[in-house]
Amino acid sequence: MSRLPLKDLVREAIGGVGARPARTALTIAGIVMGIGTLVTTLGVSATAGNQIAGRFDAATATEVTVRVDRAADRDAPPLVAWTALDNVVRLNGVTAVAGYSRTPEGEDLPVRATAVKDPTRILNRRLPVLGSTATLLDPARADLAVGRFFDGGHISRHDRVAVLGAEAADQLGVTRIDNQPAVLISGEPFTVIGILGTVRRADQQVLGSAVILPYTAADDRLRLGPLTTVTIRTSLGATRLIARQAPLALASGDPDELQVEAPPDPASLRTGVAQDVSGLLLVLGLVSLAVGALGIANVTLVTVMERTAEIGLRRALGARRRHIAAQFLLESTVVGLLGGIVGASTGVLAVVGISVTRHWTPVVDGTLAVASPLVGAVVGLMAGLYPAMRAARMQPVDALRGPS
Amino acid sequence: MTEVIELAGIGRVFPADPPVTALVGVDLRVCRGDYLAIVGPSGSGKSTLLNVLGLLDVPSSGRYLLEGVDTTTLGDRRRTGLRGSRIGFIFQSFHLLMYRTVLENVMLGGLYTGVPAPERRDRARAALDRVGLGHRHEFLPSRLSGGERQRTAIARALVGDPALLLCDEPTGNLDSANTAAVLDLFDDLRADGATLLVITHDDAVAARAGRRVRITDGRLTEVAPA
Repeated sequence: MSRLPLKDLVREAIGGVGARPARTALTIAGIVMGIGTLVTTLGVSATAGNQIAGRFDAATATEVTVRVDRAADRDAPPLVAWTALDNVVRLNGVTAVAGYSRTPEGEDLPVRATAVKDPTRILNRRLPVLGSTATLLDPARADLAVGRFFDGGHISRHDRVAVLGAEAADQLGVTRIDNQPAVLISGEPFTVIGILGTVRRADQQVLGSAVILPYTAADDRLRLGPLTTVTIRTSLGATRLIARQAPLALASGDPDELQVEAPPDPASLRTGVAQDVSGLLLVLGLVSLAVGALGIANVTLVTVMERTAEIGLRRALGARRRHIAAQFLLESTVVGLLGGIVGASTGVLAVVGISVTRHWTPVVDGTLAVASPLVGAVVGLMAGLYPAMRAARMQPVDALRGPS
Repeated sequence: MTEVIELAGIGRVFPADPPVTALVGVDLRVCRGDYLAIVGPSGSGKSTLLNVLGLLDVPSSGRYLLEGVDTTTLGDRRRTGLRGSRIGFIFQSFHLLMYRTVLENVMLGGLYTGVPAPERRDRARAALDRVGLGHRHEFLPSRLSGGERQRTAIARALVGDPALLLCDEPTGNLDSANTAAVLDLFDDLRADGATLLVITHDDAVAARAGRRVRITDGRLTEVAPA
């Protein structure tokens, strides 16, 4: 009875792989390219996808905006009271809240500055006017260029003070506040106490060109009315929760009347982007892997032909067909495995290298790195099937007559 | 004396158009310790007979008993097992693996009969000592002379402790000095009790054997001792 212990089979196969280093290296190169492309493309797309999603996380993923439609009847009780903002502050996940009432689109009020420095300058501007709570800077991610923002005291005292957006200040010719400039809004004077710097929140760019007043004074003097916009900043990942809860907190009686703007779910956004990129590149990787598999199959077939005499000898020494097949299968599997290991390493290094040059954080899937050598081995195994079958089919008589 | 080989009415016809008859009614008995030479011109059926004797080919008719076992009725698997364990092959072109050392080549004998590697190594060392190559273990075959290569091949055949050494033109690729060395080795092996069957077209080689048979057009005839 013929037997071939596994240890001996492995020894024979490794001996066969090592016998022709140049050819083995060339064959491995095919798999290296395939696996390398696969790991690189998947890694790069995952890294790039993470990068896109990362930008979302840092900025818009914390922003919720609630818009309140202006009631047709100006004397009707407001849908959202100013005090309802306190309910939103108490929501878990909210880090900052502000509300303001804005002049309707197309009904900007005439504004002019009192300080006349340049006679040619047009001083009468129509600008959006906002009556705001004192907390607007934080949720709008804005800062002050000069001066200060009004506080709760200004609001409760109905003080006639104003903070100008950077663009509005420029248009009005107000560049400093130490001389206590005043602006006239529809003829009503307000003292400028601050000028905004940049407004980083994308959907609040209106602040840059607006005149911002305490909502109490704005309502007194300009009949700006109840609040129209609530800007909320949340902790990372809380936007979807807050987007659901904020309308209830603001207008528990009629939450459906409010329009909530929340960023798209970053998780699904990231997945979508990454899938688009990696889907295409995955095909590329698979194609090169197939090329590698064909290379292995081809070279193993040539090897089988070249080693006809060896096959005959092994058969004469008592090898069964399955022993011959197993040896060639294992040889091509080892080649695939080696290619997979080198390819996975190369791919990981490529991802890290690309990330370093782009200042990205490399994202390498550990499962992928571990699975790649196995994929290489399986490809090698598949590629070796046909040559191994040919080798096993050889008649020892014919094989022994082959070249030594 | 126990019979190692018993051929009774062996015939081999190759299916072709018209069919080629390679062997006709071959009867042969080889006993343990025999040293038999099979001579004949090329095309006479020598190789076919060797393949049949080596269980590499199945005869079309007749019976072939190896150590009393009728091999003609065995399945491929049993025949392969028998070939690996009971027959040692020695070829004209040596059939050494050029990328493996002498010791590894010799260790191939017994690989497919389940002998564990350490034991095969011990046996290979002993076999190499027996053929006088104890100092060449780590050499590659490409660095050996023709005679040394053939002695390596003989050592490989000896590792499995076969009942029969089947030699196909063992000196065909060797010069006269190496031929003499190999033939001396055969004499030594026979003195140790090995059964040798040498196929050759060289009368000088055949003359060293104890018995000679001639094969002509597939028919076997005993040659009277000289």
